[in-house]
Amino acid sequence: QVEQVKLLDRFSTSNKSLTGTLYLTATHLLFIDSSQRETWILHHHIAAVEKLPLTTSGCPLVIQCKNFRIVHFVVPRERDCHDIYNSLLQLSRTAKYEELYAFSYNPKQNESEQVKGWQLIDLAEEYRRMGVPNDYWQLSDANRDYKICETYPRELYVPRTASKPIIVGSSKFRSKGRFPVLSYYHKNKEAAICRCSQPLSGFSARCLEDEHMLQAISKANPSNRYMYVMDTRPKLNAMANRAAGKGYENEDNYSNIRFQFVGIENIHVMRSSLQKLLEVSGTRGLSVNDFLSGLESSGWLRHIKAVLDAAVFLAKAIAVESASVLVHCSDGWDRTSQVCSLAALLLDSYYRTIKGFMVLIEKDWISFGHKFSDRCCQLDGDPKEISPVFTQFLESVWNLTEQFPQAFEYNEAFLLEIHEHVHSCQFGNFLGNCQKEREELKLKEKTYSLWPFLLAEQKKYQNPLYNPDFSPDLTLLEPNTVSFNFKFWRNMYHQFDRSMHPRQSVFNLIMSTSEQNKQLEEDIKELEAKIKQRNGQSDVVLEKEQEQTAHPAPVALKSPPCFQKEQPPMPMNDAVRTIEGSNTADNRYSELVSEFSKAEPAVVSLEYGVARMTC
Amino acid sequence: MEFAELIKTPRADNVVLHRPFHLAVEGTLCLTGHHLIFSSRRQDNAEELWLLHSNIDSIDKRFVGSLGTIVIKCKDLRIIQLDIPGMEECLNIASSIEALSTLDSVTLMYPFFYRPMFEVLEDGWSSFLLEQEFELLSSVTNEWRLSCVNKEFSVCPSYPPVVIVPKSIDDDALRKVALFRHGGRFPVLSYYHKKNGMAMLRSSQPLTGTNGRRCKEDEKLVNATLRSGRRGFVIDTRPLTVAQQARAKGGGFEQEVHYPQWRRIHKYIERFNILQESFIKLVEACNDQSHNMDRWLSKLEASNWLTHIKELLTAACLAAQCIDREGASVLVHGSEGTDSTLQVTSLAQIILDPRCRTIRGFEALIVREWLQAGHPFQQRCAQSAYSNSKQKWEAPVFLLFLECVWQIHRQFPCSFEFNEQFLIMLFEHAYASQFGTFLGNNENERAKLKLPQKTMSLWSWVNRPEELSRFQNPLYEANSLVIWPSVAPQSLQLWEGVFLRWNRPSRFLEEAEEERIHIIKYNKELQARVNALRRRLAQLEAEDGEVQEE
Repeated sequence: QVEQVKLLDRFSTSNKSLTGTLYLTATHLLFIDSSQRETWILHHHIAAVEKLPLTTSGCPLVIQCKNFRIVHFVVPRERDCHDIYNSLLQLSRTAKYEELYAFSYNPKQNESEQVKGWQLIDLAEEYRRMGVPNDYWQLSDANRDYKICETYPRELYVPRTASKPIIVGSSKFRSKGRFPVLSYYHKNKEAAICRCSQPLSGFSARCLEDEHMLQAISKANPSNRYMYVMDTRPKLNAMANRAAGKGYENEDNYSNIRFQFVGIENIHVMRSSLQKLLEVSGTRGLSVNDFLSGLESSGWLRHIKAVLDAAVFLAKAIAVESASVLVHCSDGWDRTSQVCSLAALLLDSYYRTIKGFMVLIEKDWISFGHKFSDRCCQLDGDPKEISPVFTQFLESVWNLTEQFPQAFEYNEAFLLEIHEHVHSCQFGNFLGNCQKEREELKLKEKTYSLWPFLLAEQKKYQNPLYNPDFSPDLTLLEPNTVSFNFKFWRNMYHQFDRSMHPRQSVFNLIMSTSEQNKQLEEDIKELEAKIKQRNGQSDVVLEKEQEQTAHPAPVALKSPPCFQKEQPPMPMNDAVRTIEGSNTADNRYSELVSEFSKAEPAVVSLEYGVARMTC
Repeated sequence: MEFAELIKTPRADNVVLHRPFHLAVEGTLCLTGHHLIFSSRRQDNAEELWLLHSNIDSIDKRFVGSLGTIVIKCKDLRIIQLDIPGMEECLNIASSIEALSTLDSVTLMYPFFYRPMFEVLEDGWSSFLLEQEFELLSSVTNEWRLSCVNKEFSVCPSYPPVVIVPKSIDDDALRKVALFRHGGRFPVLSYYHKKNGMAMLRSSQPLTGTNGRRCKEDEKLVNATLRSGRRGFVIDTRPLTVAQQARAKGGGFEQEVHYPQWRRIHKYIERFNILQESFIKLVEACNDQSHNMDRWLSKLEASNWLTHIKELLTAACLAAQCIDREGASVLVHGSEGTDSTLQVTSLAQIILDPRCRTIRGFEALIVREWLQAGHPFQQRCAQSAYSNSKQKWEAPVFLLFLECVWQIHRQFPCSFEFNEQFLIMLFEHAYASQFGTFLGNNENERAKLKLPQKTMSLWSWVNRPEELSRFQNPLYEANSLVIWPSVAPQSLQLWEGVFLRWNRPSRFLEEAEEERIHIIKYNKELQARVNALRRRLAQLEAEDGEVQEE
């Protein structure tokens, strides 16, 4: 515990700050300011801690979080600062899974609730929903003991005609043994999205089993003879891989394939792209042109567009041409996961529901071995393995929700919450790099699943505009991917910088109004029932009531004023209507005034600190 | 001149109309004196397009064999294409459109011919009189007076006949001050902040020249707006160097020695051709669907449009801050005081004054701070982003103001009585309209053209209940506070409603907006029903009680 610590405003040029007390707990860093407002930061969320050179007011400490929160403390004594710094370094870097928050987190669920929570998402059920097994596709037990591929799940779906020797042979010809398996099956078109890793083709190697495997996939689609093979990497990267004995499919060796590169960059490019983006967006006193040119040079939106373009290409191949598609990148757990899951989201409205989105993440990301642990740096590991691949997926989904405001059951808060927990290590779902590892960690016994907690709070994550009939079952969502449709995701990258957001949120207002509407509908039913009951007692009143239904206004005139009291206060949205931060000092033009009012520092009147409107 | 002389081919059949995101339609094209009319031949769902010639910004023609194609680019940024069979017809039509869309004389414009199909409930020409404004002001302070010194437009040709000035300054002094200010635009009251009695004045630059000329009456006038012992701020919308250079041409700025109670702040706001170029570049960038991400972002950046937005918003916030926070009076001017000055004073009022965020109040603001204040609409809005004319007086000054309002609207979506459509409608009518409101460059010209007698006012139409309902913001809850927008680049956005309006399918966004409105309306219905049911139940209970008592 350290007192008299200052929390600086990240963007203020006038060094506005809050003074308060800093506490370190086993799991969180907590700051309570003088007005008792609390800021909690989970140690696992801390991406970097930095001690800046000593200033006259104390020792500055900057903490960067994985959820893009940046806090800037000034600790009065250097010794304290040093202690905090060291403690945070230790606490934020965990060497062993067992030390992660999820293993100590106890949400007061009993054991059967815990088990039920883990059973909430059942992938076998999901494949049945898609329509497999069927005449062409079957469950394979080849990987039941993780013998063929350690990073795949136990249960895999493959074409019926792909025998075990073909599977084994193909897996030997694929990087990390990740042979082609089913990711999504489109019932109506009888076409499949399959995924794998790159072939070990080098410059000339070929593998008959692998060729058979692809043929089996294309034959499992009765409506189209040819299939696409999508290499999601830039062609240059794929060619470079040939020198290392890897590479891409030679069209001459495989019959009826159409080969396609789509050019999504690798994890290292994405990591530095995000870093540049954050540098730009974190600049104080940023000009519009610096922001736009920074946005451009970071390449971030270009990458998001590339991912979504690839997904659109894939979804169209399925929906328009009824062609099956095999997708891979290098190892088939980053770009492949992005593209397969986004294409499925475009093809199947189920994934645009809250439950369906959980299923999609469980299937294409968790079960197929996206390396959450490495990519999100859950344990102290190789910084070169860190990459915002999943963040990009969420951002692509967000872009779709912006274009199709009525197509999604969930809202932006849901995406942000998932992002929060991918990094929080509070729940077991995203720990580890693959299913095998998760089983070894006994996560299902020792930790809790995130999904039941999100479902329990479903109301928060519902999109009030959602229209389930927006796109019937399997009609394709066709987003416009012209560049101007992609926007900077302010609510993700500046989630905690409140002065940047609209001071009144249409979304929250609509959400609470829609919530209130449901309540009012209930009230009406109840009132009508009560009135009916009363009327039952006397038939005379019934007639009167009907009369009144037609003319409710005169009743109002007749009714004595005391009825006002009986109306419970409307649960109206005080919080929603709050206009906060209506405060010039929050906004960057304050610097101009400081020029000429140095003698008398601008006084922020409380009146505008928080202003409430009542309805 | 007869329009018929200009119309060589009044009608062409088998014309095909192409619009982005619509299927091509075949139909008949007719030209009238003021409209281009296209009507599809299908009886079932006959589609008609009426386009004002004055809305046409540029026209291109090209031929493939005998099939001619005309591409029409409109001032509201829409682009349509017409395929016209027959080379001669096509040439005739193109040249007619060209002639009709570039008529020289104002009195030939459509507003002089337009006859409304609706009943005029309230004549918009007299809806917003400065006298009414002054009445409101007199109820809170008696420090100001209405002056008719400009009754004949002789003191300042670009000012309205009546203006509000400090009470202690008489008309003779005003005449002297007018000689000391560019174009005679002496300082007048733009806004009075009731909360603390501070005033915002606007004027043009003082004519100090190189030898530092001064005008005692001018000093007296501006000082009359200060509380004793308090300072005021002059916000000059030019950079210091430009203001200094202006002295060589007889202009200048208020010098400290002569205005010791005033602090001068130079807050540069871009003007004229720079703005117009920026506008053209932005529209070009938005219209090219083939740009990859890097090119799009660099084009967006190169247009500088959002920079202008940010600078303007910052200046307006600064003026508002001086008044509300520093408790100081403010004088705003640039050179002529007809462009950036008005942008700043009107935006500051949006920030400070809740009344300006209502429909009626916003209309009054536009009348007061733009039309009556002498923003030269006819010059500035003569052409839009597609024209090649490149006249130096054309500039999207008013559009930039509307976009700033939109940016604030986005940050405070419940604090405005009007919606985005209202702002877009004003943009359209400023550039091409059947109403006379935006014709002419100042009240003087409008009076000479007899616009109130000969044309219909936009406000007569807009303020009819049927039309108003389209422009109301269902989320509006009166907010009496000062609203400070964020000017961080991350908080600013491209105004898609104007710039991407014709470039992307908008069905899903519109449907979502309808759903939002539906939710709000449904809520009101439900609340009314619940209240009615409650009353009825209570009444039944009361009756039962009576029965039992008996």
